[in-house]
Amino acid sequence: MAPPPSLRRLGPASFELPQGFRPGMRVPVRVFGSEKLVAEMDDEVFRQAANVATLPGIVEASYCMPDAHWGYGFPIGAVAAMDPRSGVISPGGIGFDINCGMRLARTDLTWPEVQPRLAALVDALFARVPTGVGARGTVDVDAEEFREVLTLGARWAVRRGYGTPEDLLTTESGGSFEGARPEAVSERAIERGLHQIGTLGSGNHYLEIQVLRPGGLFDADLARGFGLDRPEQVVVMFHCGSRGFGHQVATDYLQLFLRAMPRQYGLPVIDRQLACAPFASPDGQDYFAAMCCAANMSFANRQVILHRVREVFSDVFGRSAEELGIRCVYDVSHNTARLESFRDGRGERRLLVHRKGATRALPPGHPDLPPAYRETGQPVIIGGSMETGSYLLAGVESGGGCFFSTAHGSGRTMSRTRARKLVRGRDLEKKLAQRGIRVRAASRRGLAEEAGFAYKDVDEVAEAAERAGLSRRVAHLLPVGNIKG
Amino acid sequence: MSPAAGFEFLDSVTSDLSFVARGATLEEAFAAAAEALLAATLENPEVLRQGLRRPLALEEPDLELLLLRFLNELVYLRDAEHLLLRPERLRVEPGEPARLEGELAGERIDRGRHRLAGEVKAATAHRLRIGPRDGGFELEVTLDV
Repeated sequence: MAPPPSLRRLGPASFELPQGFRPGMRVPVRVFGSEKLVAEMDDEVFRQAANVATLPGIVEASYCMPDAHWGYGFPIGAVAAMDPRSGVISPGGIGFDINCGMRLARTDLTWPEVQPRLAALVDALFARVPTGVGARGTVDVDAEEFREVLTLGARWAVRRGYGTPEDLLTTESGGSFEGARPEAVSERAIERGLHQIGTLGSGNHYLEIQVLRPGGLFDADLARGFGLDRPEQVVVMFHCGSRGFGHQVATDYLQLFLRAMPRQYGLPVIDRQLACAPFASPDGQDYFAAMCCAANMSFANRQVILHRVREVFSDVFGRSAEELGIRCVYDVSHNTARLESFRDGRGERRLLVHRKGATRALPPGHPDLPPAYRETGQPVIIGGSMETGSYLLAGVESGGGCFFSTAHGSGRTMSRTRARKLVRGRDLEKKLAQRGIRVRAASRRGLAEEAGFAYKDVDEVAEAAERAGLSRRVAHLLPVGNIKG
Repeated sequence: MSPAAGFEFLDSVTSDLSFVARGATLEEAFAAAAEALLAATLENPEVLRQGLRRPLALEEPDLELLLLRFLNELVYLRDAEHLLLRPERLRVEPGEPARLEGELAGERIDRGRHRLAGEVKAATAHRLRIGPRDGGFELEVTLDV
C-alpha cells in the first residue's frame, strides 16, 4: 500500500492525482488527509477515485476525504459533483445504504447524574431500539402510509407524534428531501422496509451515550452554539440509514442501469459498481426520485429512534424529555446525491453533488442553514469506533473548495474477517466494561468486527479535515454506553 | 480433480465481507455462495430447518449478473418475509441470457434459536467474478455489510 508516484502535494493536508493517471479522466483526483492517512490509503482508493473522474459531466475534481477507503464503484469518503444537464447519477456514488447518517442529541444531564443509571439506560435503549438481523420496527404502518413516509420523511414522524417541529429545524433539509416519488420505487423495496421504521440495523451502525470530557472541547463558543454548554455533559449519538428499503432501491437501480448503460445510453462500463445513467434521462430521474424516497425513510427512521431515546431517558429519570433538555443538535446524512447551488467567480451553478461517506458542511452565513446555525456554521458529526469516540465539527468557508463537504467517520483499515480473528466479542465486551463503557450487542461476532483497532485513528481524521480547511473541530465526545446490531 | 464445494471468507480487503466459493459444477458453486451468505448472517447455520420452501426462477443478461441477482434474492427474502433459506435444488444455465431455476428451503428467523450475526445489505458487483478452476468453478463476491 503506497500512494501512486504521481500524487503531488497541494497544501498542508491536500494532494492531487493529475488527469494523466489513467486514460479518460475528465478532471484530476484531489485527496484530503495527513501524510500518514494518505500513505495508509488502499491502492484501490486511488484507482476508484480515478474511475470516478472519467464519469460524464463531472466538474472540478473527484475528491477523497481524509477517511477514504475502498468502496463499490466510488471509494467510501468520495465527493463528485456533476453538471445536471450533461452528467450522470450513479448509485455507486451514494452507496447501498442511502442517507446513512448521524444524529446527535444533547441533554441537560451530566455524567455524575447519569453514571448511577447507565446500566438501566443502556439496557432500556437496547430493548426499545431494535437492532440486528430480522429486527422488527416499533411503528406499524401499512404500505399506503409507508408511501407517506417516503414522501415526507421526518415530517411524517413528527406529524405522527414522534418528535417536535423543532427537531425538523435541526435536521438536514428539514428532514425531507424534495423530489421523492414513491411510484419510482419497487414493491420489493417497500416490502423490505415496511416493518423496519425505528430500527438501527447492524454492521457499523450504533447508538451511543457519550460524554463531553473537559479535554474534549476544541471551541467553547461553537460548542455553546450547538447546545454543548456544561462540563461532563451527556449526549446521545446514533448512526443508521434507510435500512432494507434503501438497500433494495440501490440494488434495483444498479441492475437496471447495468442493462441500460451500453444499450440505451452508449456508456462504457468500466466497473459494474460504477453503473450510472444520465441524470436528465427518465432512468436517471426515476433513480433520483427513488433515492429521495430512501433518504426520507432514513430521516423518519432516525426521528423515531430519537423519540425512543426520549422515552427511555424520561422513564429512567422520571422527568419529561423536555425537562431533561433532550434536543436534536443536528441530523446529517453522509450517503446522498443532492442538487445544490454554488456561487463563485463564474456566477451561480446548480450541480448534482454525490457524497458517499462524506458529510455536507455548510459555512457560517450560508442561506440553507437553519437560523440557529447561521452564525456558527453547520454542525458536522463524525462517528468514530466505540473505543475512540466521535467528533462534532462545524462547516467553514474554505470548505467551498470541495463543495462544502468533509469526512464522515474513521474508515476501516482491517477486514471484518481479520478483526474477528484478533479479538472475541465477549473479551472486547469485558475490556470495554473495564474502561467504563457498557455495551449491548445483538451479535457478539458483530461486536468483534467493530473493534477500535479495525478503524483509522478518528483524532487524525478530524484533525486532517481541519487542516485541509474542510471543517473545524468543536468537541470530541467519548462513549460510555453503546448498543449495536 | 474438481474442487470440493465450499467457501472461505477473505481477510485481505479492508472493508465488508468478501468470499471465494467453489464447486465441481456451477450449481455447486452457486450453492456454496448461498451458504457463504448464510454464514455471514447466521453464526450457527447448522441449526437452520428446511421446512419452508420457495421456488425460484431468474434470468439475467449474463452469468455474473445472475449470481448477483440470486444472492440479492436471498437478501430480499430475509427482510421482506423474515426467511433464511438455502438452495435445495438448483439448475444454472450459462449463456446470454443466463438462467437459474430451483427451489430454496429454510425457515423464518427465530431469534431464540438462530444466533444472528451481520445484516448483509446487498451482494455487490465489486470484483465479482466467476471462472473455471481445476475442472470446476470458482467465484468471488463482496457483500456490503
